[in-house]
Amino acid sequence: MGYTLDFSVVWHAMPALLWGCVGTLGLALAGMTLAMMIGVAGVAARDSKAAWLRALVIGFVETVRNTPFLVQIFFLFFALPLVGLKLNPTVTAVIALGVNGGAYAIEIIRGGVQSIHKGQVEAGYALGLHKGQVFRFVVLKPALRAIYPSLTGQFIMLTLTSSICSAVSAYELTSVAQRIESDTFRSFEVYFFVTFLYLAISWLLMLGFAVISHRFFSYPTR
Amino acid sequence: MAPHFGLPEFGFLMRGLQWTMLLTLVAFAGGCTAGLAVALLRTCGHKGVEWVIRIYIGIFQGTPLLLQLFVVYYGLALTGLKLDAFVAVAIGFTVNASAFLGEIWRGAIQAVPRGQTEAAMALGLHYSSRMRDIVLPQAIRISLPATIGYLVQLIKGTSLAAIVGFIELARAGQIVSNQTFQPLLVFGVVGAMYFILCWPLSWWGSRMEARLALASQR
Repeated sequence: MGYTLDFSVVWHAMPALLWGCVGTLGLALAGMTLAMMIGVAGVAARDSKAAWLRALVIGFVETVRNTPFLVQIFFLFFALPLVGLKLNPTVTAVIALGVNGGAYAIEIIRGGVQSIHKGQVEAGYALGLHKGQVFRFVVLKPALRAIYPSLTGQFIMLTLTSSICSAVSAYELTSVAQRIESDTFRSFEVYFFVTFLYLAISWLLMLGFAVISHRFFSYPTR
Repeated sequence: MAPHFGLPEFGFLMRGLQWTMLLTLVAFAGGCTAGLAVALLRTCGHKGVEWVIRIYIGIFQGTPLLLQLFVVYYGLALTGLKLDAFVAVAIGFTVNASAFLGEIWRGAIQAVPRGQTEAAMALGLHYSSRMRDIVLPQAIRISLPATIGYLVQLIKGTSLAAIVGFIELARAGQIVSNQTFQPLLVFGVVGAMYFILCWPLSWWGSRMEARLALASQR
């Protein structure tokens, strides 16, 4: 049997695919922002004095980390309307990505905060820095620097995970690819090319993260 | 009138769970075998080979699992082989596992102190004995927490087989949800089943990680 590969469909669909990339990047960036907010709030709650709040955060983290994203997004897709949030699929996808990424961010950020020794804060005060300065220069920046590799790695994972949001037909690259596939029946060509678009997106993100790291975190520590 | 979620539906989910477990086992076994080859090639010392394996690993780490599954699934269909859906997705997950496990074990092999290899060489052991008797037993210990972590990822990842239409736990959940119109209950039960499968492994992995960290402090 003869099947000839025909990549011209990919070429014709290029504008749509590139817009799909934009959709994926937008989805990922919105998801990362929400994940960071959940992460920071979660760390504060995780170490609070109220035992029930600590248990709630631990339960949330364990649940998210031990169930598939596909099941999470389906659950949210049906659960959000019940609490009165009638959202379009793309917004639902942002929430799902944020909730999922947030659980991982809690663990990562917590590790960073714990890496700051109490003596360092005391040393900051002894040098005459005021509270805001101590937080900014002694706690926040070194903590961010310590967790930067794992945090950005997690962000890239989140971007790749966003492809699963096509299951609720959110606007992103994979759902665009699925539409082109069902129009042209060129499944292999379309998905093969789109896989490399994702590779380009993750390289781009890695490059961006490296530039940020070089700009803000390249100073000697000892 | 739509059926309510009852015992027959639960039984259907349980059969889906069996497929999820079988798919995970097959992919993990295949991934371990191929992953060992990947790790050994990645550390073989030949620059060209190491470079090729690096790209291989980079492609799998830089692209979504869902797309890898699509490419393997539709790519295999093009070859004219009439493969069962299970075999096709199992191959997809195996290839992905080979890259991730290969990278985990590459790190573990390199984490074994260099002196061990040097001592083995001084004793006149050849490559296969050096690896089998000296380096790999230590590397396996080091890599165990990360390997278990990947196993959890793999269990969760098999849910993506649902998107190409293979009926495992997540797809079974979708079907039951469409029949009963009780999506929250059904996906809640499905999520709980995944949790029961994954959580003990996660717990075991992090406990072992803590123990290993303690041991390396001494």
